[in-house]
Amino acid sequence: MTDLSDAELIKPPRSQWRDVWDQFKSHKGAMAGAFVFVTIVAVVFLGPFFWTIEATHIDIRARNQGPSWAHPFGTDQLGRDTFARMMAGGQTSISVGLAAMGLSLILGTFVGVLAGFFRFLDGPLMRLTDLFLALPILPLLLVMMLLFREPLNGAFGPETGIFILIVTAIGITSWMPTARIVRGDVLALKEREFVLSARSIGTKNSRIITRHILPNVLSPIMVSATLGIANAIITESALSFLGLGFPPDFPTWGRLLFDATDYLQQYPERVFWPGMAISLSVLSVNYLGDGLRDALDPRVRGR
Amino acid sequence: MLQFTIRRTILAVPTLLFISLVIFLLLELAPGDPMAQVPLTVPPDVKEKMRLALGLGEPVHVRFWKWIVQFFWVEPQVLVDHIFGTTFSEGKLRVISWQTRSPVMEIVIQRIPQTLWVVGVAYIVGILIAIPIGIYSAYRQYSVFDQAGTFISMVGYSVPPFFSGVLVIVIFSVNLGWFPSIYDTTHVVNDWASFKVQLNQMIMPVMVLALQITAQISRFMRASMLDNLNQDYVRTARAKGLGERVVVMVHVLRNSMIPVVTVIALGIPSIFGGAIITEQVFKVNGIGQLLIGAIQANDLPMVQTLTFIFAFLIVFFNLIADILYGILDPRIRYD
Repeated sequence: MTDLSDAELIKPPRSQWRDVWDQFKSHKGAMAGAFVFVTIVAVVFLGPFFWTIEATHIDIRARNQGPSWAHPFGTDQLGRDTFARMMAGGQTSISVGLAAMGLSLILGTFVGVLAGFFRFLDGPLMRLTDLFLALPILPLLLVMMLLFREPLNGAFGPETGIFILIVTAIGITSWMPTARIVRGDVLALKEREFVLSARSIGTKNSRIITRHILPNVLSPIMVSATLGIANAIITESALSFLGLGFPPDFPTWGRLLFDATDYLQQYPERVFWPGMAISLSVLSVNYLGDGLRDALDPRVRGR
Repeated sequence: MLQFTIRRTILAVPTLLFISLVIFLLLELAPGDPMAQVPLTVPPDVKEKMRLALGLGEPVHVRFWKWIVQFFWVEPQVLVDHIFGTTFSEGKLRVISWQTRSPVMEIVIQRIPQTLWVVGVAYIVGILIAIPIGIYSAYRQYSVFDQAGTFISMVGYSVPPFFSGVLVIVIFSVNLGWFPSIYDTTHVVNDWASFKVQLNQMIMPVMVLALQITAQISRFMRASMLDNLNQDYVRTARAKGLGERVVVMVHVLRNSMIPVVTVIALGIPSIFGGAIITEQVFKVNGIGQLLIGAIQANDLPMVQTLTFIFAFLIVFFNLIADILYGILDPRIRYD
């Protein structure tokens, strides 16, 4: 007892996020994943400030070139710089991924919290979740792309229209796992003492949810956020690859891959860059998710 | 258990009906006009008659009911007629494709073998590779093999089939010239040489699909084995002197297979969905390609029927998974 110095006694308690960060740091794959993903995002969004060739600039004399100092990734069949197109495509793909993930998280958390907190909503909302889980997602996404493309293009212009459509379509078809996880956690949380004490001093339901329930379900939400980004990037690329995504003059990684497959025999290297970009971002986000799951799980963190 | 099975089967019926309604209403909003390709010289009143002949003139609920009757009542009768040579369905209207003006189910029946061959073989190959990998990497947790296996399964999980597919085409078809890049569905297997050709063209699509399946299932297998390896019954088995082989391959494996089997059952419908992309990459003439073609051609009865078949597969295999879980694991009691 006497060994304890004053300095140690008055040291403030370590915050939970400090522990999480320490555990996260020890997961090598997650650190590498975070590094790669941040690098990709930085290159894609900051790169155009340094690489001034426009993604849509057509230089027909320089078409179908291989990698060189002027065009590090080469040029396409119209002489457009592939590196600039990759960055432009990445902006779209990553924005779609983040926005769709955000929408599906909001929907999933909303449904999950309502179903877990209010008993009378639990049955109907969970049946609704089951129904959505039984829908064939990819065929329905394709059908939705076909149906709402024209009206939204008319209302918001071709690029914004498709962006809204893809984000909404992916968002409303991928919230179900989040809703289930959040509901399970809320069911357990609302029986805890701190919720009871909050209720006993007269806190309103809305206040209990925002102050006490939501901060405590943050960790499963964060894990499903990372998985959501990966899922959304893959889905958007798949739609673009099937020719039902963004219009041809508006590059995304999936679209670039789709266009490159036409020149598979002559320029096989052209499929490599967009495919690699998609796979690397998804892989890094998945590793990030793995690390976060371990870091946020108190049972794993102690070890 | 029987009671549970019956209850779940009965519950599946309204689910499926509701899903078919959702699909129908979604398609109802379609802006495309199936009469768009009809020449402009055709007078409007004739066009109107053609529209009526397609069944487009009636209100929504009548058409939905007609589709229900055609799909759930007439089509099974056609099947019965086909098997037993009876004439129940004679003169009854079937679900007709707008593209080809022939019954949708006949086209689907033509296309299903192609999909089943590729997807089915890939699924079996994937499972056969995944299970040993999962067992071994759990048994030697954190060994080099486990680290490599985990990394490869993460890669397989992350690389989308439209990239891995194109990549194997570039490597094995364009550069090495080993396998054909296009799957020839008209190829008939009747002797050893033609079987080898079939095998050759199946390798790449199967490889791409199997990579994904292996990645998912080996992750599950590993996690499930790890859960069981630390259980008390394993220590008991070792303590009573059983060989390591028997402990792992009989005691642990049998218990670990319970969740894995249900995951395998649950994955079958999603594989059909994923095969849409793989079929597109390798130009396999299966139901995925049929769906894409129908969507682009605005063939609503075809899209409706195919999407419903996908939904049916999901609900059906969910049911199978639940029942399997109950049968395999005596600790699960549903009532």
